[in-house]
Amino acid sequence: MKLVDHFQYGLNSPICLTWELTYACNLACVHCLSSSGRRDPRELTTAEAKGVIDELQRMQVFYVNIGGGEPTVRPDFWELLDYAVGHDVGVKFSTNGIKLDEKRAQQLAATDYVDVQISLDGATAEINDHVRGPGSYATAIRALENLAAAGFGQPKISVVMTRQNVDQLDEFATIADRFGAQLRITRLRPSGRGADVWDELHPTAAQQRQLYDWLVAHGDNVLTGDSFFHLSAYGEALPGLNLCGAGRVVCLIDPVGDVYACPFAIHENFLAGNVRSPGGFQQVWRQSELFTQLRQPQTGGACRSCGFYDSCQGGCMAAKFFTGLPLDGPDPECVRGFGEQALAAREADTLVPRSDVDHSRSARRNSRGPVPVQIGMPGRADGQQVRPDRACETSPLAGIPEDASDSRLRVPVAGG
Amino acid sequence: MSAQADAGFDPDRAYRCSPRVALRPEPFGALVYHFGTRRLSFLKTPQLVAVVSGLEQHDSVHAAIDAAAVDEAQRPAYLRALAGLATNGTIEERQ
Repeated sequence: MKLVDHFQYGLNSPICLTWELTYACNLACVHCLSSSGRRDPRELTTAEAKGVIDELQRMQVFYVNIGGGEPTVRPDFWELLDYAVGHDVGVKFSTNGIKLDEKRAQQLAATDYVDVQISLDGATAEINDHVRGPGSYATAIRALENLAAAGFGQPKISVVMTRQNVDQLDEFATIADRFGAQLRITRLRPSGRGADVWDELHPTAAQQRQLYDWLVAHGDNVLTGDSFFHLSAYGEALPGLNLCGAGRVVCLIDPVGDVYACPFAIHENFLAGNVRSPGGFQQVWRQSELFTQLRQPQTGGACRSCGFYDSCQGGCMAAKFFTGLPLDGPDPECVRGFGEQALAAREADTLVPRSDVDHSRSARRNSRGPVPVQIGMPGRADGQQVRPDRACETSPLAGIPEDASDSRLRVPVAGG
Repeated sequence: MSAQADAGFDPDRAYRCSPRVALRPEPFGALVYHFGTRRLSFLKTPQLVAVVSGLEQHDSVHAAIDAAAVDEAQRPAYLRALAGLATNGTIEERQ
């Protein structure tokens, strides 16, 4: 059996664990996969976060990808970073660079087992700031300058590929070279606020081909994670993991300790458990019903008869889910065009799922039309009532967004 | 440096798993993490895991292969795999 076949059936511990430390963020990127903005009052405490690190050490998770929100705005971020590194859990953290001044850059340069990944979604301020907000390009570049000046070895520059920046791939590579950085490119998913802008920002079919050709020509030193395995159907498999790793080798721990199958799948359908529950993260990873199910052999569904199924594996689960496509059908960006057909064939009343976890600071754009107005206390689909957000908030409007397009926070139900 | 290490791989000598390496048991064998290079790699059979973990107890790589009851026909493949592990620093000669 090939290694990748073993991966399908899951591992004792994840290889690629993303841990979002906070939903708080100084930016409000239009495509934020976790709809971040405001801190959640239920976020893990410093002690709880250290408990998770202890558990990761026991499970031999050798490194984690820390993100958010903007993780560095957590006051205990640097303490947790040191704690993880001191417990054999290496850290790669994603940041927009806001806290990476000269002093922090020097501190990072002196720390082993820490990788820094600066997010940049345009090779020019114009294109970057359109998506990430005014001033964010300058912030990222300043952080890269500080890291370079401090002698930090090879930070990563992480780019979400959009319709606006595919043409800038060579320029991104130039920027990476300028700062001694490594380029990492990832796929725009319709997750979080990304759902609102996916239609206008996801690469066109021609751009996908352009991206694939660029990766084949230049991809050896470019990181992609498991972002682009759906493009393998163009021909040769790309470097990186050519498999959906969700729940198999990949998962997400969110700021409140919820464990999801993948960072792009913050939705209760992909919620496997919580690290605060008895048995902790290990039990969720090894025994949750959801992850057990994701490790079953996939049937391929509507894609099974396609000659390219072996290379693309049907594509990205989250991309299908958040565009209202069936999980056993084609990826919305299927390179053979079946995804576009499937999108076009959606009925007018197709319910496109939205995440019920939203920490956006402001009401957001909603390209999918009106959201039904809720009346009365927010309830769950299973009929259980939701606990008030805070003990003092017993108003019937507590938890209901000021604006119908800004969905409410999901709050746990005792015993639920 | 790595080419040298590779050229220097001698299965008649004593080796050990690098102290900077951790092996994580997995259904297929083990996941290897090198804390120095921060690289992940894989030992793709449980027997290879037994050989790598057993190096420390034997005077030669060959003896460790014998102890893990590797099929004789597989020995050349195992030696190639172990030479690769010596190159990437997973295993190292011990004095």
